[in-house]
Amino acid sequence: MNPSVDALRAAFGGGGGTAIGRALESCGDTIVYVGREALLDVMAWLRDTPGQTYDYLVDVTAVEYRDRERPLEVVYGLRSLARRADLRVKVELDPQGDLTVDSVVPLWRGADWLEREAFDMFGITFRGHPDLRRILMWETYAEGYPLRKDFPLRGRFSRAEQVRQALAAHPEAHYSLEELSIADAYSELPGDMKERLRRGERGALPDSE
Amino acid sequence: MKRVIETKQVAGQSPNYLLAKFQDLVDWAVNSSRANSLWPMPFGTACCAIEFMATAASRYDFARFGMERQAFSPRQADVLICAGRLPFKLAPVIRRIYDQMPQPKWVISMGACASTGGIFDNYAMVQGIDTIVPVDVYVPGCPPRPEGLLYGVLLLHKKIKGESLFDRVPRRDEQPLDDHGLRLPPEQIDEISEPFGNSVHQFRSA
Amino acid sequence: MSKRTVELELATPGVDARGQPLRVPLGVAEPDLAAEHMLINIGPQHPATHGVLRLVVELDGETVVRVIPHLGYLHSGFEKLGEYRHYNQIIPLTDRTDYLSPMANNVGFALAAEKLMGIAITPRCTVLRVIACEMSRIISHMVWLGTTSIDLGAFTPFLWAFQERERIYNLQEMWTGARLTTSVTRVGGMMADVPDGFVEGLRHFTRTFPKTLSEIDRVLTRNAVWVGRTQGVGVLTAAEATNHSLSGPMLRASGVAYDVRKDKPYLDYETYDFDVVVGEHGDVYDRYLVRLEECSQSNRILQQALVRLPDGPVNVADPRVILPPKSRAMNDMEAMIYHFKQVMEGVKAPVGEAYVGIENPKGELGNYLVSDGTAKPVRWRIRPPSFINLSALSRMAEGHLLSDLIAINASVDIVMGEVDR
Repeated sequence: MNPSVDALRAAFGGGGGTAIGRALESCGDTIVYVGREALLDVMAWLRDTPGQTYDYLVDVTAVEYRDRERPLEVVYGLRSLARRADLRVKVELDPQGDLTVDSVVPLWRGADWLEREAFDMFGITFRGHPDLRRILMWETYAEGYPLRKDFPLRGRFSRAEQVRQALAAHPEAHYSLEELSIADAYSELPGDMKERLRRGERGALPDSE
Repeated sequence: MKRVIETKQVAGQSPNYLLAKFQDLVDWAVNSSRANSLWPMPFGTACCAIEFMATAASRYDFARFGMERQAFSPRQADVLICAGRLPFKLAPVIRRIYDQMPQPKWVISMGACASTGGIFDNYAMVQGIDTIVPVDVYVPGCPPRPEGLLYGVLLLHKKIKGESLFDRVPRRDEQPLDDHGLRLPPEQIDEISEPFGNSVHQFRSA
Repeated sequence: MSKRTVELELATPGVDARGQPLRVPLGVAEPDLAAEHMLINIGPQHPATHGVLRLVVELDGETVVRVIPHLGYLHSGFEKLGEYRHYNQIIPLTDRTDYLSPMANNVGFALAAEKLMGIAITPRCTVLRVIACEMSRIISHMVWLGTTSIDLGAFTPFLWAFQERERIYNLQEMWTGARLTTSVTRVGGMMADVPDGFVEGLRHFTRTFPKTLSEIDRVLTRNAVWVGRTQGVGVLTAAEATNHSLSGPMLRASGVAYDVRKDKPYLDYETYDFDVVVGEHGDVYDRYLVRLEECSQSNRILQQALVRLPDGPVNVADPRVILPPKSRAMNDMEAMIYHFKQVMEGVKAPVGEAYVGIENPKGELGNYLVSDGTAKPVRWRIRPPSFINLSALSRMAEGHLLSDLIAINASVDIVMGEVDR
């Protein structure tokens, strides 16, 4: 069992809180369950505390079980490159209920697309994600969330209907709102991005205010 | 007399001997030129695209068969080779590219996934590009060996050489999308997308 | 509008002191071209995107202000399919995710399934899997080299690289029967032992491959055009690379010495003698150098593996996991029953979950399997290295020129089958 679990219980377990749930080992990997509300604090603690330093996010995904009684789990794989330690953190959600969890993008930028994929495939909303939209299916995909267990393998619609919906999508119409408003919103870009753009990696950017 | 008229309406070959010989000569010239310099538009998506690249490389080299220049712009291409699986998200793109190609144009469906959907009988995959664009040659394989693709190209050459400029009903017709937005009637699409074989195990999860 | 009014509008108001006609001011203000950014679309069908990737690029003149990648154009539902297939039936699916290095994918999945089921493979199988992984690394890097050279304007290395690939393809075909979709592993072993002539053929390859590498090196490494187009382009610092969860040559080129084979060894990699190639600047040139050197290191590992290949069985001797030989299955009742149960019902995994990350040529390929005791996994998650590496593209490309964007995109070494799954 990874000693981080005991450290977590020491740091967050006080007061009978639901922050740290059960911990177990499976095939040599340590898994610890964390409460939904405490997730962001726990993750920040794991990343920043000197003895832990889980600076590398391996993966963000979700698991829904065939048994409908079991909760849907959001799985985070964390790794400390320096200490060569792995930890798997899970958050349990009610599969029939509200699938919302905090986004860890502020901590690890690698979570950006991984959380978008979890949203696309499972319908989990990540609070605080900068740009939560579908990534693998097209943005107006109407059949649902493919990796849910109640989604049939061949899709909900008939094949002809799927072809029709696919062909009706204009390839170039799928600029996101972000892109359509780029030209207008240049002045609203955050200061550090403007600074980075102004400095430029090669050559100088013309001053285009 | 009636039969002669019917024949004349379908095949454009003239009953006049000299004219027919002239038509044959023109057909031979046009078809040979078209067949021997088919410039492919490689619509490569997945693993078949790698075998396509291997066919283009020095060991198998389809430049020997006239496909010297791969036209990455559909405006300059003759044959669209769909190499790889086609998900639904990519369907409007291939239709758009097919529409952008000028006539004469042909389509080779390379691989099992492009021909029928392959091993991907699921929510995301088009079950055969012939639901979206008309296909001339299907090359089976997963992925087809380069020799397989070359054989498919040679079959296409044979098909092209059998065409005629003078046919009243052109053998290479273009089927635009109807008002449903589909190329084929919906029942036909559903029918050709039915899973093959009788194993129910592939759709059972547990 | 009557004709007279139009003529009035088009008439010049007169000539100035030098006899030049006076310019008529436009009724509408001219658009300020310097302030407008252009949104252009690259892909999804494009020769230089390495697959069906769509990049929406915001350009200020020729400088990239922002690039937004759009994925999903090759999404094939692998993970959903995995829930409907037995573990051995998933192995052919793994060929098709990263189709440039299929054997490595097969090995990665088999390792995860064996970890889940608690199966220990034989020594011969271990060395054969190392051989498979390193062969895959070479062919993947050869594709990368060839296509990146084409993107940057050099066509010849493509032909050289693909000729080397053909030699490995011959070996793969000798072993598995297929050039590309190998499906070489099974849970508990391999699909077949290597045939006669394979070891000799691979030994011959390892002796002649360094010559091609040095040819490519001579043509590219100190070429002014190559260096000019790749040095200083697409820089990512080590902290950024770690924070973006990059892996493989992308991470190592930025200076982070993390290689799964050394840090979390599998298949006895700690007993092989090879170096981890780490770059310094994190630009495209460093990534090129890292990958080129990794090919030589792979060659080194292959030579060592060929020397130490032990005799013995390839598959685990457990008939509940490995199919019995056909001759026995046809003649012996017990063997036939084992065969039947494995094919019809599949091998059942115990309840639990396992994650195994291997060093794929693209990065850390992880297979996360969750089982509920049945023969089909509850969840098969592929941790895709190319997907995560690609997410850093917008960070790398800001401020560069459009042609640099192509170079940066090429240096990420993506394969869309793995990005989109």
